[in-house]
Amino acid sequence: MSEEKRDYSRARTILATDCGSTTTKAILIQLIDGEYRQTHRGEAPTTVEAPFEDVTRGVLNAVREVEELADRQILDGDRILAPAEGDKGVDIYISTSSAGGGLQMMVAGVVKSMTGESAERAALGAGAIVMDVLASNDGRLPHQKISRIRQLRPDMILLSGGIDGGTISHVVELAEILHAANPRPRLGIGYQLPVIYAGNRDARQTIWETLSGSTDLTVVDNIRPVLERENLTPSRDKIHDLFMEHVMAQAPGYKKLMSWTDAPIMPTPGAVGAIIQTVADHYGITVVGVDIGGATTDVFSVFENTFNRTVSANLGMSYSVCNVLAEATLPNVLRWVPLEMDEAELMNSIGNKMIRPTTIPQAMEELQIEQAIAREALRLSFIQHKQFAVGLKGVQKERTISDAFDQSASGETLVDMMALDLLVGSGGVLSHAPRRHQAARMLIDAFLPEGITELAVDSIFMMPQLGVLSTVNEKAATEVFEKDCLVHLGTCIAPVGPTKKGRTVLEAKLTLPDGTVVGRTLKQGEMFLVPATHEEPVKAQLKPAKGLDLGAGKGHEIETELRGGVVGLIFDGRGRQPFVLPEEPVERIAKLREWSEATEEYVSPQPAAS
Amino acid sequence: MAHAYTPGLKVLRESKIQKTRLLPLKGKLRVQTGDEVTPNKVVAATELPGNVQMVNVAGQINIDPTDVGDCMLKVEGEAVAKGEPLARSKGIFGLFKSTLASPAEGTVESISSVTGQVVLREAPIPVQVDAYIQGKVVEELPEEGVVVEATGAFIQGIFGIGGERQGEIKVAVSGPAAVIEPADLDESCRGKVLVGGAYCSLAAFRRAMELEVAGIIVGGFNYQDLKPILGFDLGVAITGGEQIPTTLVVTEGFGTIAMAQRTFDLLGRHAGKIASINGATQIRAGVIRPEVIVPLTGGELEGVDARADSKLGIEENSLVRVIRAPYFGMLGRVRSLPPELREMESGTLVRVAEVELDGGHVALLPRANLEMVETD
Repeated sequence: MSEEKRDYSRARTILATDCGSTTTKAILIQLIDGEYRQTHRGEAPTTVEAPFEDVTRGVLNAVREVEELADRQILDGDRILAPAEGDKGVDIYISTSSAGGGLQMMVAGVVKSMTGESAERAALGAGAIVMDVLASNDGRLPHQKISRIRQLRPDMILLSGGIDGGTISHVVELAEILHAANPRPRLGIGYQLPVIYAGNRDARQTIWETLSGSTDLTVVDNIRPVLERENLTPSRDKIHDLFMEHVMAQAPGYKKLMSWTDAPIMPTPGAVGAIIQTVADHYGITVVGVDIGGATTDVFSVFENTFNRTVSANLGMSYSVCNVLAEATLPNVLRWVPLEMDEAELMNSIGNKMIRPTTIPQAMEELQIEQAIAREALRLSFIQHKQFAVGLKGVQKERTISDAFDQSASGETLVDMMALDLLVGSGGVLSHAPRRHQAARMLIDAFLPEGITELAVDSIFMMPQLGVLSTVNEKAATEVFEKDCLVHLGTCIAPVGPTKKGRTVLEAKLTLPDGTVVGRTLKQGEMFLVPATHEEPVKAQLKPAKGLDLGAGKGHEIETELRGGVVGLIFDGRGRQPFVLPEEPVERIAKLREWSEATEEYVSPQPAAS
Repeated sequence: MAHAYTPGLKVLRESKIQKTRLLPLKGKLRVQTGDEVTPNKVVAATELPGNVQMVNVAGQINIDPTDVGDCMLKVEGEAVAKGEPLARSKGIFGLFKSTLASPAEGTVESISSVTGQVVLREAPIPVQVDAYIQGKVVEELPEEGVVVEATGAFIQGIFGIGGERQGEIKVAVSGPAAVIEPADLDESCRGKVLVGGAYCSLAAFRRAMELEVAGIIVGGFNYQDLKPILGFDLGVAITGGEQIPTTLVVTEGFGTIAMAQRTFDLLGRHAGKIASINGATQIRAGVIRPEVIVPLTGGELEGVDARADSKLGIEENSLVRVIRAPYFGMLGRVRSLPPELREMESGTLVRVAEVELDGGHVALLPRANLEMVETD
């Protein structure tokens, strides 16, 4: 990093890297004719492991690939040239990272569903994986809590509990348990474990006396100063600062990487969350975003102006792919594979991906297996997210009479698939799917969007880089996001409600941009695709069958404009609440192939013979 | 030129091998630099803090937390026996006192007047670390451990289960493509490190555990056979702590895959010698691969270059192994590295290498699906 202060708003070339747990990606952004565009991309395996044990090697390999493709010198030996001089070097270099497994934390609160959950939200919002949530009322005896702390070896602990002015005994007891456990961090034998105290301010003195000798203790404002309000920002910021100072500095090569960047390295999930929030704010919509990586799957949502993020720490496509198999179980993975497969063979194939995580599918069968697993990883991660993204508990909301009848109590999930406007996917298996149609299908099959929902993917998995870029040059981040990052796949139209096999579920009258009027009928168990672009919306009159809902109530017609994309408009009659997949293998495989063909999953349709 | 580097597994005929043997907490060294050590020699020892018991004194004898200090019969730092009186309430006018007996033997570590809890620390737990390999101590890490060095054969596997063990190498099959069956195992295998071929069945592995075979090294194993051995689904490849009597080292992958000829020959050459084996695997930051080490002495050494060169990427003429279907397990030589992306059968666009496989067939394969064969 250059010592002199640079004006990042005048940058002409920007280099951004993301060090994932499997691969390191580098992108080059250039100012072309007055607008920022992402022009080139390179990739290399992440090198935190032997023989290099230095994350910067993978970074340099990825950057060298960009140099080759862009025909531009960016490096001088093993050094990034910054700022740019003529056509050499770059004006800004920034990076995100989740390599090394990211930040792994434990949190503790007095009441699991109140301060415990708030602490968990603070940690997740800071980009951490939460290994466990301890609470005074979690049912575990003190010695069990102590064993758990010792066994998990977290990188950091966030301790909260008690509203300001309330009793201090419970949170002090938690501190005593922490002190007794004497936790050692997983990286570096010598340094003290960072602990953040964000609870009742009246307990600060006692907490200090209990923990400052055996841990690296920091005190911040109470995460829940009163029951009705969460104050997560001070904790989140402190977690991030300590992460950079302690954890990243211990991980192989990070000190060097930190000295290269022009902005603090953000944990990848924090950066993706930043972009998701930007999208939701910018367009005023509800969004669900997912980033499925080698080790973890992060889900982000913005509903009712509330941002939530969950990390499914052991659901990923390489390192933890066998965990997906274990949690989903083999039948649930097999149900998406459109061919007869020996079960042992399937499990071996998945096992081999786990032990050789940087390989990619060459044969079509291998691709289909990977995409089947991806559906399950996404589905399970989303279930976890829905359970977590709830309103604040312990709060008395003012209710109207209709609220009371509605039973819309705090503590219920905020996620409403019928109200969802946009579903965005990111991560290798989605962004790098050989056909965009495959990404659309994985998102639809895993998330089961209801009613009318737009779908998009991160084109080449650059959301993390844009998230961190937005902290130094928002214009560049937004422009590249709109023009190069988001690939609009199209819109999914799926009626909700039970119905009988083969019955009509929807009648659609579509007026295409050229004026042509097309009538289509969707039957239960069927899918079809209507080509349409994002730029030229299709006027649609959609009438769900009696008893089925498309968003305006059961049986109620909707008149709207539908935006397509590189895939188009996907009409999904397979069912929602319930979603139905045939159980009998021969019938199921036939249906999978039928839907694949209908949605052009693997090939473009053959032109009709003239 | 940009290099696509996939870390390779080592198969070294003769190499300097160093193993750092560390205690989990500071302790005392039992050896010094220059000492010759055997695998079971204890090189360092320490004590882990004993288990902790939290005793709710205030709650148990019905007093206010602030009164705990006055009611304690033991002070911080004082030892107490199990059943010995730990605290006693003042009672009412000296009557109706309640006495709390200590639930365990240990030392009073802290007394809290805020929570009314007392922390009891039980007796320390001794921990030792051994040398693991036959060799010489070359470095002392004060209060932490030592570095033990040997020269010999070093073989890495791709996946394993089970921890550190030692045993005499015995080749149990006729060739690298053969399969280990239960009938191949008998009393003569007890305590040995067996060299298999392409596959070891679950039945054979169970028989090996019954016979307390020290280790099995084999080309392939079925993923679904891990669960009956471990008792749980292995979701993430982090192993080494399993309490099983036989260590497994898989050299090629899951399935039936012939062991690489070079690996098989190298192990066979050392039949009868003592090997140190460890199935511990961690495929995340700080990757750990299972290993087999055969220390060699004096006349057994050939004087080959002590340290293999780790090339920084696949180049033309590199020797590679294919690590994904199709052609899984086959060896080949890189003929060229086309810079442009190519489309595979799956539709993925990737950087490829043109590889001439054993047998003469030439294939275009994703560079990410190739592994450098690191040899000396």
